[in-house]
Amino acid sequence: MRIRFKLDGQDVEVDVKHTDTLLKVLKDRIGVGSVHFGCGEGSCGACMVLINGRLRYSCLTLAGYVDGKEVTTVAALARDGELTEIQRAFLENDAAQCGYCTPGMILTAKVLLEKNPSPSDEELFDALAGNLCRCTGYIPIINAIKSVSRR
Amino acid sequence: MSDQFSVVGAPIKNVQLLGHVTGSTQYVDEISFPGMLWVKAVRSPVARGKIKKIDTSKAEKLPGVVRIITAKDVPNNIHVNMAVIGIGPPDEPVLPEDEVKYKGEAICLVVAKDEDTAAKGAQLVEVEIEELPPVLDMEEALKPSAPVITKWGINAFIYGSGMDGATMPGRPGRPFFLVKRGDVEAAFKKADYVVEGSYLIPPIEHAPIEPHVCVAKPEPGQRLTIYTTTQAPYFVRDNVASILKIPPSNIRVVAPAVGGGFGGKVDPEFEMQVAVAAMCVGRPVKWRWTREEEFTISTTRPAIKIEIQDALSSSGLILGRRARLLHDSGAYTRTSPYGVIKSTVNLSGPYHIPNVYYEGYCVYTNRQPSSAMRGYGVFEVSYAVELQMERDARKLGIDSWEFRFKNAYRNGQVTATGRLIDDAYLIEVMKVAAALSGVSLPHHLLQMSSWG
Repeated sequence: MRIRFKLDGQDVEVDVKHTDTLLKVLKDRIGVGSVHFGCGEGSCGACMVLINGRLRYSCLTLAGYVDGKEVTTVAALARDGELTEIQRAFLENDAAQCGYCTPGMILTAKVLLEKNPSPSDEELFDALAGNLCRCTGYIPIINAIKSVSRR
Repeated sequence: MSDQFSVVGAPIKNVQLLGHVTGSTQYVDEISFPGMLWVKAVRSPVARGKIKKIDTSKAEKLPGVVRIITAKDVPNNIHVNMAVIGIGPPDEPVLPEDEVKYKGEAICLVVAKDEDTAAKGAQLVEVEIEELPPVLDMEEALKPSAPVITKWGINAFIYGSGMDGATMPGRPGRPFFLVKRGDVEAAFKKADYVVEGSYLIPPIEHAPIEPHVCVAKPEPGQRLTIYTTTQAPYFVRDNVASILKIPPSNIRVVAPAVGGGFGGKVDPEFEMQVAVAAMCVGRPVKWRWTREEEFTISTTRPAIKIEIQDALSSSGLILGRRARLLHDSGAYTRTSPYGVIKSTVNLSGPYHIPNVYYEGYCVYTNRQPSSAMRGYGVFEVSYAVELQMERDARKLGIDSWEFRFKNAYRNGQVTATGRLIDDAYLIEVMKVAAALSGVSLPHHLLQMSSWG
């Protein structure tokens, strides 16, 4: 089937199978670099995207579902080379080592802070529960998010 | 110092950070070529068995399947692995010819137009295997009654016979690496107390968030470019060259950003299989492992068993130590003999023990091969040694800080392997550690130093 959706603001049209996941289409068909394959089963968060502004695991989302919708990855956050506050905070707090989990972490942080600009530690940890970092850089990640949250 | 240097002593930004936060860092998974094919493996369902028959006829008929690669397609079917740096023996095939040695070992490869078709093709390959009794426990593996799973007749690495790449072939070897110093028997005769401990360290999976992924692209003139998530591009180059029987200069290995390695991407584990597939079909070929493969096939930190016996004096000194260390190499050698040497020489920890006898065994079992992971060989031993120190102190009825201060290396002493210590700082480090953790040490310990 043919689907049409907006990917990071651009119109995309692609033929997919009913069983294709969004992750598979983004990675192997379109070649998106800002979304990563980590587990393929909704455990690690490396493949996270926003679908109409809502945080989703692209590995658990069927590609057909995004027909007519807007898909946003971390690549669309910076405008004309100007980083968003949360991206700058990740940079300043050295909140990435290998970087593989970073796009998912940043999207999760963005959605959290939009809903709840001053999260408690517990709310912050809870929001990050679906994103794994294996370089064990959680502390700088938490520091980065706290630095942009309104205390 | 800051006046003289602009780099030394100054924090440096991770240069990849900007790429990471904008999603523009390039990992291997972003690499794609027109006409690229995908690989999936047919994997062994048993831990040990004889391959009787591989029937690929159904898989070959599946539309989209391009080629099925078996052992006979491999020009030189020996995975040299670390033998390129003297850690032998090269005991692992690229694809097994007649015997599988661990559950999940790749038996053959299916190359197809996309990942799903390759996976479907792999399911259609019928492999007839005669299951053999596996060896899964290290102590069992060392018993004379155990089935032999290596080519050289014993389920342990033979040290000192040329097999280790460091000694002359033909010299008598033994199934363990030995560290011996002083007179350990006399120390135990003199001891006021003997304390025994046994320690088990489980295998640990590195679990990088980025699984193993590799693209191999044949180039004109028997040349090849390999894009792979690796910590050791030259190991990949030299292994693939020897397997394909082409000069290493024909191979270019590109190692883009690695999405976590932790030692798990040191061994060339699958690049040679992707390279063989690419050369067979003459097209770019990609293999991206699943999370399941990452856990069940990729190397782990070795399982290790350590038994320690300490001879103690009532004055609180360690007079002697006997230790026996078993290191689970899994089905093949990889870097394990090197790991065993590292761990066995470290069995004294940072403490002065004048009389020692340490045996380190590199044991083979029918489990996924183990290999490097973050200071492997040292970390496991530190765990056992420090627990043993606590046990010793309890037996002596003294504080374990006191026991460690008393036995810490001083400058001028000699290690178990004969090195003169001239850079000991353990006592100084322990003083700082105590202060940081809010422990107030008694005056006589604070008076001690590594120089006296």
